[in-house]
Amino acid sequence: MKSYDIVIIGGGPAGLAAAVSAKENGIDSILILERDKELGGILNQCIHNGFGLHTFKEELTGPEYAQRFIDQAEKLGIEYKLNTMVMDISPQKTVTAMNRQEGMFEIQAKAVILAMGCRERSRGALNIPGYRPAGIYSAGTAQRLVNMEGLMPGREVVILGSGDIGLIMARRMTFEGAKVKVVAELMPYSGGLKRNIVQCLDDYGIPLKLSHTVVDIKGRKRLEGVTLAEVDSNGKPIPGTEEFYSCDTLLLSVGLIPENEISNGMGVQMNPVTSGPEVNESLETNIEGVFACGNVLHVHDLVDFVSEEAATAGKNAAAYVKGIRQAGGGRDVRLNPVDGVRYTVPMMVNTARMDENLTIRFRVGGVYKNCYVSTYFDDERVIHRKRQIVAPGEMEEIRLTKEQLLKYPDLETITVKIEEA
Amino acid sequence: MEIRKLTCISCPMGCPLTVEMEGDEIISVTGNTCKRGDVYARKEVTDPTRIVTSTVKVIGGKADMVSVKTREDVPKGKVFDCVKALKGVEIKAPVHIGDIIVPDAAGTGIDIVATKNVEEV
Amino acid sequence: MYDVIIVGGGVSGAASARELSRYKVSVCVLEKEEDVCCGTSKANSAIVHAGYDAATGSLMAKLNVRGNAMMEQLSRDLDFPFKRIGSLVVCLSEEDMPGLQALYDRGVANGVKDLQILNREEVLAMEPNIVDNVYAALYAPTAGIVCPFNLNIALAENACENGVDFKFDTEVQNIRKTDSGWALDTNQGTYETKYVVNAAGVYSDKLHNMVSEKKIHITPRRGDYCLLDKNAGNHVSKTIFALPTKYGKGVLVSPTIHGNLLIGPTAIDIEDKEGTNTTREGLEQVIGKAGQNVKNLPMRQVITSFAGLRAHEGGHEFLIGELDDAEGFIDCAGIESPGLTSCPAIGEMVANILKEKMGLEEKDNFIATRKGVLDPDTLSREEREELIRKEPAYGNIICRCEMITEGEIIDAIRRPLGARSLDGVKRRTRAGMGRCQSGFCSPRTMEILAREWGVSMSDITKAGGDSKLVVGTNKDTI
Repeated sequence: MKSYDIVIIGGGPAGLAAAVSAKENGIDSILILERDKELGGILNQCIHNGFGLHTFKEELTGPEYAQRFIDQAEKLGIEYKLNTMVMDISPQKTVTAMNRQEGMFEIQAKAVILAMGCRERSRGALNIPGYRPAGIYSAGTAQRLVNMEGLMPGREVVILGSGDIGLIMARRMTFEGAKVKVVAELMPYSGGLKRNIVQCLDDYGIPLKLSHTVVDIKGRKRLEGVTLAEVDSNGKPIPGTEEFYSCDTLLLSVGLIPENEISNGMGVQMNPVTSGPEVNESLETNIEGVFACGNVLHVHDLVDFVSEEAATAGKNAAAYVKGIRQAGGGRDVRLNPVDGVRYTVPMMVNTARMDENLTIRFRVGGVYKNCYVSTYFDDERVIHRKRQIVAPGEMEEIRLTKEQLLKYPDLETITVKIEEA
Repeated sequence: MEIRKLTCISCPMGCPLTVEMEGDEIISVTGNTCKRGDVYARKEVTDPTRIVTSTVKVIGGKADMVSVKTREDVPKGKVFDCVKALKGVEIKAPVHIGDIIVPDAAGTGIDIVATKNVEEV
Repeated sequence: MYDVIIVGGGVSGAASARELSRYKVSVCVLEKEEDVCCGTSKANSAIVHAGYDAATGSLMAKLNVRGNAMMEQLSRDLDFPFKRIGSLVVCLSEEDMPGLQALYDRGVANGVKDLQILNREEVLAMEPNIVDNVYAALYAPTAGIVCPFNLNIALAENACENGVDFKFDTEVQNIRKTDSGWALDTNQGTYETKYVVNAAGVYSDKLHNMVSEKKIHITPRRGDYCLLDKNAGNHVSKTIFALPTKYGKGVLVSPTIHGNLLIGPTAIDIEDKEGTNTTREGLEQVIGKAGQNVKNLPMRQVITSFAGLRAHEGGHEFLIGELDDAEGFIDCAGIESPGLTSCPAIGEMVANILKEKMGLEEKDNFIATRKGVLDPDTLSREEREELIRKEPAYGNIICRCEMITEGEIIDAIRRPLGARSLDGVKRRTRAGMGRCQSGFCSPRTMEILAREWGVSMSDITKAGGDSKLVVGTNKDTI
């Protein structure tokens, strides 16, 4: 059996950044396993611009952003296998994978970085009634068809869900000659970035109907139309508000789910809110030496933050392999997301292991205007930051320092919450 | 006097902006809750620009399509003309990031360039 | 001119074709869809019933018990998945016990083996996720679960191997009596035959009524279902039925043969024979009733919902036999539940009717077995590696949820009556049937279909006919 210091599952933005960082932190024996035919992951089909403002201080398209990291990985001589599917990983970090050339094979890793990304929620998960004809696609599948294969899934389009991929696809389909009739969003607010609503919908006069959903799908072979209805505050359709839209295509942009089947299989503990692993300050899971980053950990809206997070995972995995990671000592401080804060990544901080600076990322459960993002060290409020608005569609962060934490030698819980002004 | 309604994209707040204009002259910007809204509104009503991204077909490459973009912002009114300039365009592999696919797209003076590497088969 | 034309490529038609293919007789199956298993046979509970439901002495009861007994050997001969997992009919109160006892008595009278009435403790020991207020249950160890697609496909493939013709996209529009038998006018021209077997599912009344004065009426009885992720597949280990009570009929909760959890069906009588759309009311009923007998159902794990139509005839009995007023026209109508269970016995019965009428002789070269699409998961590690060395396509995962390889998809396409559409591949291999519901693999499967059939991507359909998946190329209309 071959062995590597670090095996990275997934060669998308998270896997690439983790690999580069692990290498820069002194690990030479690194292997990336990628199931697709090229590195770069989903960025390869995200041909729109808007990537990299934080990382490279310029606005890149998805493939360009990916190429920057691919070039770095190539330059650093990082090994990777393409068209290779990881079948499972044992808790002892034996990775079983498969491809055409090598068949099924096993690789022993000292550390594993989970970077498998996420998948799209399907129609089934929403229980949308109606027929099941051709012409219903998740936005990402349509994005692949249009951007990678040059194929048009349809001519007249309704989009359910105002996630960013759906918004981006509204503009893409318009450019390629389709008529996008409407975007319906179940929630009273959009799940996408404001910038995308303006530049992908408003620019082209595509209406966004908030608090609306699809209540019927018509067409036995190919989609013929969908019925939208307004929903009440519980998300239930309001009778009498139904409106039929003829269309041959329904795109679904209704959420992303971290793809953790492999993690589950190896016994990684999950956070039910994020559907991703529970990790500590090192982005390490409950299994020692198994790290997670990117959308497999929690769904991000900006790839720049994926890269940043993945670099942290890569660095910590390197430290783990080199045995220079503080194992003992320090306090384990639990994070406690409450009052509008749905989760935090990480969920636990060890005061000895943590770096000088630590970024805690989180999402809120609703739209809050003129509020405060507050952080309590046990009962003492240590951060109280005024915000004009926080919304579920945009990931939030707070930054803590080691120095700050060490001032509280008895600290047990860090509570993060939204406080109304 | 002309009234233009915009949504600010400077932050998730998405302030509804109202711009009063007299010909090309901006009389007032209202609805914004911070200075960024004012800056955004003035640019958007006088000189709105966008990057255009799309794809073109590749012949003899490891992929069927290559993604492209206008190298810089083009006037918003020229967006569809830039897209149309790509209709029927086919490019032989290899293609590399930055290669010019369509020079001076739709008379904007801006080139459309490849945003992905596609090697020969 | 065929000896026998079977109208309908569902389980009844395919089983009849397969049984007839034992004999020296020319047989053709006409199917209006692009594949077999496109109607009632593809959307049902996938249960092999023990046989205590149908009225004692009915044909339904007889064929159910016989079909159940035949299924195991058939599954080995034709290599489709079948498991005898047993079923429980849950009784929630003492006052409903007479109903449960009646089921037991009927089952015994019908010849169902090993039935037992279990008390609360026994039920909970067997199925810990049954609701706490369970009173008793009827345990039928002979009940099972089957892959309805592969049962149907296996029967058809084996029939095809044994010389039966299959004509797809061929819809019978009219039937005329001729001097030598029957002429069937279809959208693809006229087919002549000596005998007709009417296995047209929800359309069997239409065909019957074309030739007979004794009219029948088939009511499409819609059943809505929810299918849950494999994470929930071991929530129960047996098929859990509700005992019908004065409050109505419940829904069943069952593991599927591939490890998902299935909940349903509703029973909503409609008139539209193509009305396979789920409705909000239907799905709400399923979700509402799901918890009546099974607790802690993880309904957030639903990955898809669907509806199927049972071919319900007013008398609730299988109508199998030659018509009095239409010689040479054999009905195989009213095949609703337990039709899937009964299909091996239905095929046998139809073949016997024709054998007697026509004096058929057995072939000496009948091929009794068939190999299904090879599932690499069933191989040892060494065998699997050897397979990939010989056929590298088995090393290439296409459907990542169900871990289906390119090799399996190619097999599904190249075999007799091979898959032509995305759904055809899905029914044969499960590619696209998993938790992402084909979001990831559909473009890849489309590519393989296009390559294998030598057509373009824009010719590939979801399920034949007008169900094209892509409509053109970028910018072709601007």
